[in-house]
Amino acid sequence: MKIAVCIKPVPDPNHYNKITVNPETKLLERKGIPMVINPVDKNAIEAALQLKEQAGGKVVLVSMAPPDAREKLTEGLAMGADEAFLLSDRAFAGSDTLATARVLAAGLKKIGGFDLILAGAESADSGTSHIPSQLGELMGLPHLNHLIELNLEAASLKMKTKIEYGYAEYEGNLPMVLGVAKEINKPRYTTLMGVVAARNKPFTIWGLDELELDPASTGLAGSPTQPGELHLPRHGRKAELLEGEPGDIAGKIVAILRAAGVLV
Amino acid sequence: MPERLGAVWVIAELTGNRLTEVSLELLGKARALAAQGGGSHTSAVLMGNDTGSLAEELIVHGADRVFLIEDPRLALYQNDLHAFVLADLIKKHHPEIVLFAASYCGSELSATVAARLGTGLAAHCTDLRIDDRGELVQVVPAFGGTVLGDIFCRETRPRMASVKPGIFPKPEREATRTGEVIKETAAVLEGYKSPLKAVRIVRRQPPELPLEKAPAVVAGGWGVGAEGWHFLEKLAGELGGAVGCTRPALDEGWAQSEDALIGTSGKTVRPRIYLGFGISGSAHHIVGMKDSGVVININQDPDAPVFRISDYGAVADAKEFLPVLLEKIREHKEE
Ligand SMILES: Cc1cc2nc3c(=O)[nH]c(=O)nc-3n(C[C@H](O)[C@H](O)[C@H](O)COP(=O)(O)OP(=O)(O)OC[C@H]3O[C@@H](n4cnc5c(N)ncnc54)[C@H](O)[C@@H]3O)c2cc1C
Repeated sequence: MKIAVCIKPVPDPNHYNKITVNPETKLLERKGIPMVINPVDKNAIEAALQLKEQAGGKVVLVSMAPPDAREKLTEGLAMGADEAFLLSDRAFAGSDTLATARVLAAGLKKIGGFDLILAGAESADSGTSHIPSQLGELMGLPHLNHLIELNLEAASLKMKTKIEYGYAEYEGNLPMVLGVAKEINKPRYTTLMGVVAARNKPFTIWGLDELELDPASTGLAGSPTQPGELHLPRHGRKAELLEGEPGDIAGKIVAILRAAGVLV
Repeated sequence: MPERLGAVWVIAELTGNRLTEVSLELLGKARALAAQGGGSHTSAVLMGNDTGSLAEELIVHGADRVFLIEDPRLALYQNDLHAFVLADLIKKHHPEIVLFAASYCGSELSATVAARLGTGLAAHCTDLRIDDRGELVQVVPAFGGTVLGDIFCRETRPRMASVKPGIFPKPEREATRTGEVIKETAAVLEGYKSPLKAVRIVRRQPPELPLEKAPAVVAGGWGVGAEGWHFLEKLAGELGGAVGCTRPALDEGWAQSEDALIGTSGKTVRPRIYLGFGISGSAHHIVGMKDSGVVININQDPDAPVFRISDYGAVADAKEFLPVLLEKIREHKEE
């Protein structure tokens, strides 16, 4: 079984409080924030590795990212994936989700022969959750997102996806494109042996030419949406500190609760 | 491309045989966008089976027209079937703007339809407006809500956006509003054999007082600890409210279920009063509660970022302070 996992390096979500917008240049300031594999993409890698353990085969990582993403893909190889492809080109910069899905689809088609394509349900930085569905559409394959359970029997899949207050059950056949939610599994830890082995695993970088993509179909030019200005949310409040003994503070809070009408 | 300005559409969403609240919230925004020149009028699309009676609900909440597609094949949501029908309808009627719920199904459906039509989609919008050039400005959160960005879709139509529940207020019901119900068919599905099969949907009973409807939200974070959690439940009970939580409190299993999670991966709430305990104030959480009425936070760290987004703050150990507050409320109620 040949399984692709689409992964994305993102700034570490534990540091998002440090991200800001320069008030003059209006550009994002995120200096010093380390990059990590998008957290739920690790669940996708884990799901792929478990399927490989069950059915045999190969796990291939694919990422559209700047050249320095090699390090993150290598981390995925260290978890146990067999091969990695980095789709990287200046022409891809500014891609929205549809243009990103076009690049990923071109890479996946060129590698070819996949029985299953997995991705994380959403990214921590932009968090649209569009990619699994849009990739499925562009690949011409059935797709589901927010998968919390996946069972493979022969070539047929039994799946559960997350919905508000519950789940939906689906049946389908390979090949498919699936976006996984973090509830699906617990990603394994990387072993030292895995790290050593990762260095010798095949790693390929492809750009616009190798993917035979029309520059007008990717990057900013190929994106139906265009980004405008960045701003910071305004939610400053008066931040009045309630002081005194705990009993006094509690008394003040009771008065506020009464004024708000939740306590008579 | 047609000459006339198209409508602003809302894709109505069902849970069982009811409309979701967010469907109605979107109608309010759709009307506002149409009034700002974003579209000629407001239409809703209702896809399902035996759902015709809900069309009236959409009209009294702001739809001028309802496109009604009833078909047994649409009884259970399934992305390919619904996307076929919806993409077909969009090609036929040329709306300017299409709004979706950013629920699990709505996110999937919107992304699928956007890919089929090759048009732009902005996810999880926190604001939508028409600027003075007549462009739709779609404000989306990034980095868990730390930063907001404007998104435009200048060339392709329709412009599509998804919005999470609780972002826009639900419009008042206007019992005397009238509108037109237009029946459409799912004929586009003739001969299509889906590679997928939706087997069933399993839903837990939603809590009696859902978090997003509670007038008071008592929220707990990592600082409350397992031993302090029951105090939150008591406090919520005293205030006729509900308990919310941050992700660490959910991961630890202190909160009853993920229905309590507030923020990027959870709910958006705007209670009259939000009372937080042991919460640091990460952007992921704040984005889900920032529009609350009065915000009070208790944290033992005087420099906790959460105080900057609070109306009132107190520096205290949550576990020790909660019983004191409960006692004070009891005293007050006895008076
Ligand atoms: C992709 C992604 C999505 C996420 N989505 C969400 C989301 O939807 N909602 C969400 O909430 N989080 C979300 N998170 C997690 C988020 O980034 C933060 O980690 C989380 O909100 C922090 O929760 P906290 O404030 O309870 O814990 P902490 O940040 O650990 O803060 C605990 C606070 O409690 C205080 N404290 C400690 N002990 C006491 C005490 N005894 N008394 C009083 N105060 C005390 C501390 O001073 C500290 O300020 C997400 C993360 C990622 C990566």
